[in-house]
Amino acid sequence: MKILVTAKRVEDPESKIKVKADGSGIVQEGLKYKINPFDEIAVEEGLRLAAKLGGEVVVVSIGAKEVQEQLRHALAMGATKAVWVNHAGALDPMSAAGLLKAVIDREKPDLAILGKQSIDDDQNQTGQYLAEWLGWSQATFASKPESLESDAEKAKTPAIQVAADGKSAQVVREVDNGLTTLSVKLPAIVTTDLRLNLPRYASLPGIMKAKNKPIEELTPATLGVDATPQVEVVKMSAPPPRKAGVKVGDVQELFTKLKNEAKVI
Amino acid sequence: MSTVLIVAEAQPDGHLRKATLHALAAGKDLSQKTGAPLHLAVLAEDPAKLAEQLKPYGAAVIHTVASPAFAHYVAESFAPAVAALASSIGADFVGTAATAQGRDLMPRVAARLKAAMASDVLAFSGSGTDVTFTRPMWAGSVIADVKLKTPVKVFTVRATEFSAAEPGGAAAEVKAFPAPGEVTGSPTQFVAFNEVKSARPELTEASIVVSGGRGTKGDFKEIEALADELGAAVGASRAVCDAGWVPNDLQVGQTGKVVAPKLYIAAGISGAIQHLAGMKGSKVIVAINKDPEAPIFQVADYGIVADLFKVLPELRAAIHSSKS
Ligand SMILES: Cc1cc2nc3c(=O)[nH]c(=O)nc-3n(C[C@H](O)[C@H](O)[C@H](O)COP(=O)(O)OP(=O)(O)OC[C@H]3O[C@@H](n4cnc5c(N)ncnc54)[C@H](O)[C@@H]3O)c2cc1C
Ligand SMILES: Nc1ncnc2c1ncn2[C@@H]1O[C@H](COP(=O)(O)O)[C@@H](O)[C@H]1O
Repeated sequence: MKILVTAKRVEDPESKIKVKADGSGIVQEGLKYKINPFDEIAVEEGLRLAAKLGGEVVVVSIGAKEVQEQLRHALAMGATKAVWVNHAGALDPMSAAGLLKAVIDREKPDLAILGKQSIDDDQNQTGQYLAEWLGWSQATFASKPESLESDAEKAKTPAIQVAADGKSAQVVREVDNGLTTLSVKLPAIVTTDLRLNLPRYASLPGIMKAKNKPIEELTPATLGVDATPQVEVVKMSAPPPRKAGVKVGDVQELFTKLKNEAKVI
Repeated sequence: MSTVLIVAEAQPDGHLRKATLHALAAGKDLSQKTGAPLHLAVLAEDPAKLAEQLKPYGAAVIHTVASPAFAHYVAESFAPAVAALASSIGADFVGTAATAQGRDLMPRVAARLKAAMASDVLAFSGSGTDVTFTRPMWAGSVIADVKLKTPVKVFTVRATEFSAAEPGGAAAEVKAFPAPGEVTGSPTQFVAFNEVKSARPELTEASIVVSGGRGTKGDFKEIEALADELGAAVGASRAVCDAGWVPNDLQVGQTGKVVAPKLYIAAGISGAIQHLAGMKGSKVIVAINKDPEAPIFQVADYGIVADLFKVLPELRAAIHSSKS
């Protein structure tokens, strides 16, 4: 089975993001970068499926040369090969999906696993655009029905259940008020939610091996895709601050404030 | 003529999702700013009842689309119908609430309409076709004004930012729109829905939310007891959902649910930016945490540095005795 996964480069979720005074973007100084956490979960799921069913995992990232760090990270986790779409400009979910579609048309995977959401733009769109443009099934917000502390997770079994004939898969999804199960026709697009798996750490031998694994370089031009974004960010600003609160000494004081001052109970 | 099209959402049991009323309010706001009339789409196996219920909420026209394929929601059946309807009525703006269904569906609709999309919209500004969408980025650390450069513009709205539409005014005209053939050709099949049943109010609709974090060490008894005393919903941090202590759908935050109740009580939650992203719009925030340095205190109106296992029962007792 050939599985395609993604590795978007994003600011470390632990970083404090500040807006530039002129509202033109965020302050880059001192920021650390990582693979989008949802994409790391996608890589992990791809590796588990390939381990169970046999096959390879191709990891794709779109961005400037730095994104090769995230590709190496995925290769160190165990991905077979990497595709780097060298593109320095701004990107939106539509242009990312357009580029990923062109890569998928070349690679012809049986399944593509993306993150549900980039933690920088928080759009939660790319996988769905991609599925529609490919005419494929989509199963967004994929989850594992067992807890992340269960034996099933410790055994590193994949949560996505591929049918014996390889023509379909069952995916459990996180939705409002519960979990829903879909049967998707393969090839399909799956996007990951937080409870799909706990991604492995890259081992030292993994990191060494990754150095020799191939990274193929493509560009929007070689893929024949116009990557001009259609979402234009005109201004960024800091969110309005909440007014400073108070610390109360004991529960009685808390109760009194809630009852008589805030009047919320 | 240009139109604003809002897509209604039904719960799995067929009842209206309240988020739809918030989406309708957003649609009304956009309709006023753009001068485009507000239309509503209701897709269901039998949409008549929902359409009837929604008639007084301010849409000029309600389009019903009926198909057995809509018995259970799947994006591959819903998207072709919404896109075909949007094209046929010349909708320039197509949106819904940013629920799990809305997030799953709308990008697929946008893809069919070759439209750019803004997720989780907080506000609209501008007029005519020149509309700016305000939305959060980086877990709400940044508020961005964005423009969508495609002729058709698709969006989801954050329900907490638009108060629910109220009934009143002229009743909508109800029109049936034939479901396109594609809706029955979905490559994706619904298999099952495992509902998390709870007697408590829905997290996103409750006026009080009591949330627990890793500080509970998995013991939610006191969180639930206080919630029940207050008629509140129960929420949680990611750490708690990851550990499997409570169902996933109770996660509040950047990648979970966004709530804005009149009272939010956070017990044993440190206040990571990803959690704050889901609750800092609450009217009054109470933080209960042993660590005086916990970042949750920076957004709390009332903070108490103490053990949650001591505070929660005492608070519950105080509330209980004030009632009797
Ligand atoms: C991609 C991504 C998405 C995320 N999305 C979300 C999201 O949507 N929602 C979310 O919540 N998080 C999210 N997170 C996780 C977030 O970064 C934090 O890790 C998480 O919110 C921490 O949960 P917590 O506050 O319960 O645990 P901790 O940070 O461990 O805090 C526990 C707190 O409990 C206090 N405590 C311990 N014992 C007691 C006691 N007896 N009495 C009182 N206080 C006590 C401690 O002082 C501490 O402050 C996300 C992270 C990533 C990377
Ligand atoms: N530049 C990129 N490179 C690789 N994958 C991407 C890129 N942008 C978006 N994606 C994928 O699309 C998912 C959702 O992104 P978004 O729609 O921006 O929230 C991410 O988790 C990635 O899997």
